[in-house]
Amino acid sequence: MIISGHASTTISTIKIHPLWPTLTRILKSSSISISNLKKNQVTVLDRAQTREKGATLFFSDQEALSQTVKMASSSSPCAACKFLRRKCMSGCVFAPYFPPEEPQKFANVHKIFGASNVTKLLNELPPHQREDAVSSLAYEAEARIKDPVYGCVGVISVLQRRVQKLQKELDDANADLIRYACNEIPGVLPTQRRSLDFGRRMGDGGSSFYQASDLSLPYPPPPPPWPDNKDGSS
Amino acid sequence: MSYSTRCAACKSLRRRCPQDCILAPYFPSNDPQRFASVQKIFGASNTTKILQQLPVHQRAEAADCMSFEAASRIQDPVYGCVGIISQLHQQILTTQHELAMTQAQLAFHYAQQETQQERRIMTQSQVQYDGPSSWFDPNQKEPFYLDQPLPDFHQPPGFL
Repeated sequence: MIISGHASTTISTIKIHPLWPTLTRILKSSSISISNLKKNQVTVLDRAQTREKGATLFFSDQEALSQTVKMASSSSPCAACKFLRRKCMSGCVFAPYFPPEEPQKFANVHKIFGASNVTKLLNELPPHQREDAVSSLAYEAEARIKDPVYGCVGVISVLQRRVQKLQKELDDANADLIRYACNEIPGVLPTQRRSLDFGRRMGDGGSSFYQASDLSLPYPPPPPPWPDNKDGSS
Repeated sequence: MSYSTRCAACKSLRRRCPQDCILAPYFPSNDPQRFASVQKIFGASNTTKILQQLPVHQRAEAADCMSFEAASRIQDPVYGCVGIISQLHQQILTTQHELAMTQAQLAFHYAQQETQQERRIMTQSQVQYDGPSSWFDPNQKEPFYLDQPLPDFHQPPGFL
């Protein structure tokens, strides 16, 4: 519902706000409902979601306060704007992701990627993905600062080696399990106890060595029946 | 350096490629996409600064890593190569879980075999005696015979 009457006449009854030119433009261009115009400030709810950047006004009315858009920048600047020594405008793309309490986060990101590159990256993403993007950029930047040669790739290679080692252990354990399941390993006397690391003990001689890396064995089968003690057989 | 032998960086930046161009060894002209991705993500000046801070023998690896990170970020603009790290972490957890389960199964098998071995040894030891064994449970009232079931040995024989 567009405000009835002339927008300029209505606005003239309200005290001057710094963002009046923007308000005028919004009132004239978008479908807006305004309720409870007060003398002090006005909050505009843009139902078409086409609000201008930086066009922030406030209702003093409690009902409309719940629908308030972002406040004009009277709070402390974000870490990015502090670092860049500029005024933190209300539509600052960095503000939601670089709070003033974490200055080092932006400092790292700025050092590795640069503010303009980060702005471009964030602007290419939908808003709901920007937080994750900033977190990953901050992680990469920190990794690059700690390890200027390899950065994140160093972490990746360490993790890949760990995966390979674990996979090899799993393959060895599965191979031993297959052998036990098939009773191909002779019984072990109690005096010849060994650790669970059977793979190393078996060596490479086993002709039945099973190399499946993603083998999933069923529950181990019951052992074969022992010579029955009840009938006295030896 | 002549016009025709400019490195990919200087070609992209549309400048002359000096002989001591720091980027030239790592961004050859035959692979323009490599520098394009690095420039998009890190920026040319940041790349130059990062390489300048490193000793010469480490710059090639640093350039390769930056190229990989830039390509990952272009492919996945939200997570970049951090997505790969996350996947590897998950893979490690899964493999550790599988390994623990397999080792538990192996322990079960081993324990079963040990029990069977102990029983076999005890049975063989009992066969060697001619008469009733006096080293069985002293509370046992009847002598032991081979046709009887084995008593339950909660306590080891006294002479062992």
